[in-house]
Amino acid sequence: MSAAIETRELNVWFGKGRDRVDAVRDANLIVPQGTSHGIVGESGSGKSTILRALVGLVPTVSGEMIIEGTSVTTPRNGAFYKTVQMVFQDPYASLHPRHSVDQVLNETLKLHGFGDREDRVLQLLKDVGLGEAFRFRFPHQLSGGQRQRVAIARALAPQPDILLLDEPTSALDVSVQAEILNLLVDLRAERSLTYVMVSHDLAVVAHLCGEVSVMQNGVIVETLPVEKLRRLEADHDYTKHLLKASADTGHA
Amino acid sequence: MPNSVPNSVADTPTSETWREWLNTDTPRSRFQARMGALWRGFTRMTSNKLTLFGMLILVFLVLVAAFAPLLAPHDPYAQDLGKRLLPLFSDGHVFGTDSLGRDILSRVIYGSRITLYIVALVALIAPVAGLLVGTASGYFGGVVDVVLMRVTDVFLAFPRLVLALAFVAALGAGIENAVIAISLTAWPPYARIARAETLTIRQADYIAAIRLQGAGAFHIITKHIWPLCVSSLIVRVTLDMAGIILAAAGLGFLGLGAQPPSPEWGAMISEGRKFILDHWWVATIPGLAIFLVSLGFNLLGDGLRDVLDPKSSSDD
Repeated sequence: MSAAIETRELNVWFGKGRDRVDAVRDANLIVPQGTSHGIVGESGSGKSTILRALVGLVPTVSGEMIIEGTSVTTPRNGAFYKTVQMVFQDPYASLHPRHSVDQVLNETLKLHGFGDREDRVLQLLKDVGLGEAFRFRFPHQLSGGQRQRVAIARALAPQPDILLLDEPTSALDVSVQAEILNLLVDLRAERSLTYVMVSHDLAVVAHLCGEVSVMQNGVIVETLPVEKLRRLEADHDYTKHLLKASADTGHA
Repeated sequence: MPNSVPNSVADTPTSETWREWLNTDTPRSRFQARMGALWRGFTRMTSNKLTLFGMLILVFLVLVAAFAPLLAPHDPYAQDLGKRLLPLFSDGHVFGTDSLGRDILSRVIYGSRITLYIVALVALIAPVAGLLVGTASGYFGGVVDVVLMRVTDVFLAFPRLVLALAFVAALGAGIENAVIAISLTAWPPYARIARAETLTIRQADYIAAIRLQGAGAFHIITKHIWPLCVSSLIVRVTLDMAGIILAAAGLGFLGLGAQPPSPEWGAMISEGRKFILDHWWVATIPGLAIFLVSLGFNLLGDGLRDVLDPKSSSDD
């Protein structure tokens, strides 16, 4: 089976000289096509940075990133953005405050060179469970969950194979979290997408993902199938610690 | 729930009133959404009495300038030395006459055209130049930022009128050169504002999101950063307008702006200066006109800040 995403010896750092901070160190990640991979870890462990490095938002990177069998180019090209899309953590920050839903989707479709944009906008809104009534609304007229649906519609617009999810539910209410997660599950089934999902919430990852990587201080300490996680059978001490902390607070 | 508007209303557009059509939560077309936003901005702005007053002053200025030939009782250039320095409310000359016997009311009316001309040109040149420099500087950073900002600092280091004086001295006196000189000295603050805004916007997730759609720097700057910078620039322009009018009047006063016999307000004050103790109205009337228009722009600027500032208007 070919891998949708593969990283080899991926290093990401910020700053230079004495101020240099190594956010990710020697990360090796293999995500097979059509699967859903979770990355968990505490704040600052470098999990979001891996996603941002993959899509080229962090320029200080070494190592190899391979998407569907080809190494990525820097800067990324149009074909890359048609294959890989990302949903950001905070839906309140990821939509332009002066652009209506229609503008956001139209612009995205136009940048990717789609023709029949009218129909596609309506279809996208339907796909993410928003009606036509939302089409000409501005972000401040939407709730957090609705905004995140718009952000997901934008990510789906170029019809990508791979969706990177950067804590897509952590900024939302618990009830809305479940709605968005179910939407993501449905979309993956419909479109056979590959997901890489970053989260600090083990329950969310367990719900969505088949395999989980655990990160600590920029290093992937362990990768294990989610069944093992559910049975609390972790090998690495840090993973055990995470599971215990999660169990104590009543999650997972 | 967001779907508070029942579908039956949405299905029968003819029964809607204009107000409902504009204020609907669920606009059905791009045009309706845009008009609704404009309408809400307009109502918010006019709900403030002072802003409304400022707007009325400026509407009045525009009307006076547009209909100057109809409104002016006399030819602003016609001299009559037999009727020089007539006091206020004299027969046929409500605001009196100046040292050459020209009707001051007519000159003030025609002077509004020059003021509008200056205001319009400066408002077109300075903020646009500042926006270009500031957003490019803020977005690209690095060497571009350093070079552009040092140039801006050089311009900022001079007092505006002094630099304008130097430009006018180099380019020659005249209203066009005065406008260019004022614009050249007015753009650096706009560049600073635009750069500061760009620096915060650049880091936002929605800019990252559009970069992931393959958008280039030009597209991002013009379509995503400009719309967010423009509102604070507009506020700043309206608040600066008073200063710009004063700078233009100052240049006119010093004899470096509009040239006689042009009825520019600053030049009129300059002419009246010689008689200010005995014939105060010659300098006072154009001074009042400058004051009134500056006040109008300031009041409007305050109101626009309330409407356009994204921090205060994002949640309504």
